[in-house]
Amino acid sequence: MYRINVLKTLTFLFFAITVSVSATNIPDEVSSAEQESPVKNLKTEIKEYINHHLLDSYDFTLYSYTNDAGEHKYIGFPLPVILIDNGLKVFSSAKFHHGESVAEVDGQFYAVYHNKIYKTDALGTIEYDEAHHATNEKPLDFSITKNVVFIILVSLFMLLLFSRMANSYKNNPMPKGIGRIFEPLILFIRNDIAIPNIGEKHYRKYMSYLLTVFFFIWIINLLGLTPLGVNVTNNIAVTLALALVTYFITTFSGNKNYWKHIFWMPGVPWPMKIILAPIELLGTVIKPFSLMIRLYANITAGHIVLMSIIGLMFIFKNWIGSPLSFGLAFALSLLELLVAALQAYIFTMLSALYFGSAVEEHDHH
Amino acid sequence: MEIPTIVGAGLIVIGAGLGIGRIGGSAMDAIARQPEASGKIQTAMLIAAALIEGIGFAALFAA
Repeated sequence: MYRINVLKTLTFLFFAITVSVSATNIPDEVSSAEQESPVKNLKTEIKEYINHHLLDSYDFTLYSYTNDAGEHKYIGFPLPVILIDNGLKVFSSAKFHHGESVAEVDGQFYAVYHNKIYKTDALGTIEYDEAHHATNEKPLDFSITKNVVFIILVSLFMLLLFSRMANSYKNNPMPKGIGRIFEPLILFIRNDIAIPNIGEKHYRKYMSYLLTVFFFIWIINLLGLTPLGVNVTNNIAVTLALALVTYFITTFSGNKNYWKHIFWMPGVPWPMKIILAPIELLGTVIKPFSLMIRLYANITAGHIVLMSIIGLMFIFKNWIGSPLSFGLAFALSLLELLVAALQAYIFTMLSALYFGSAVEEHDHH
Repeated sequence: MEIPTIVGAGLIVIGAGLGIGRIGGSAMDAIARQPEASGKIQTAMLIAAALIEGIGFAALFAA
């Protein structure tokens, strides 16, 4: 009885607050911009906002707002920019002033356009080609951007967490505290992903990679749902790196049976073998490629849809549209939680499948 | 967002939906026949669904 009352009041308060907040939400850019097309301005503003949240950035901004004087204020700190361009240049990205000004380092000018650094002259001119892409020269960019910071942080966190957990097994076989959540997960990966796919003999070699990839992708996907604006798996380069590692492990641990199945599969008449061999070879590349695309597309599409619906909340400035959009965004966030875990599981399961096919013994016929 | 893009996206969604729907249907038939194998069937269903969704998303990005 008591519990139902609390739930009811909480739900009621939740919707009451969203209705009241969204009904009084009138962005101040509309009043200062031209009055002919306030909706169009809002749409471009929302697009910029979405892009800004989905792309990587050279500084770590937690929150930004425009105060009454019309200036943009940011709460966060700048990250170092490391470029290799006739020598190593390290400078703080505060020189870019959030993409608005041109940084001058050692006589070279750099400007940021769409989150990429280009070499320009003192005015910051960017030459465009017909497709409106910038054609300036780009230096080699090894900066520590927001994504890199979070990859490092998550790796350190995982290192600490799992090494402490492993150490606690020395004293007693039952883990205490946070280990209790992770032990069934690790056993699940071992019993249901690694052993059925790779087999009893060889699964130990690959367990560390499978565990790493599973928890890394899961934690990073979950972090992407927080308002920190961290989206590591949104970046196709990160998923490419993960898929490449899977590809290299599969290729380098492929035994004779594996290559035989690709190039000269037994039990098939020889004209078909010659036709199928390049297709199978392409298949070895396409399988990790599909891993990369699947993770990237699932997470990015989820984020884009989520942010568009939140932006929809600002386009409907009435009593019904905004709370409904908010409710839809909330429901979609719950779905995204499932997608986060599911994508990690699928990546791990398919990697285990590929490893299993690489080390399979010749035991048929 | 031209018309061909939107039509293409719609076709992709139809294809992915049909595929995953068929898998879900046969998975449910299988679970109804043999409730004790439901864990394995669920696992296999999720794998197949993720693969099909992977193609769907890849095509959606190309469109």
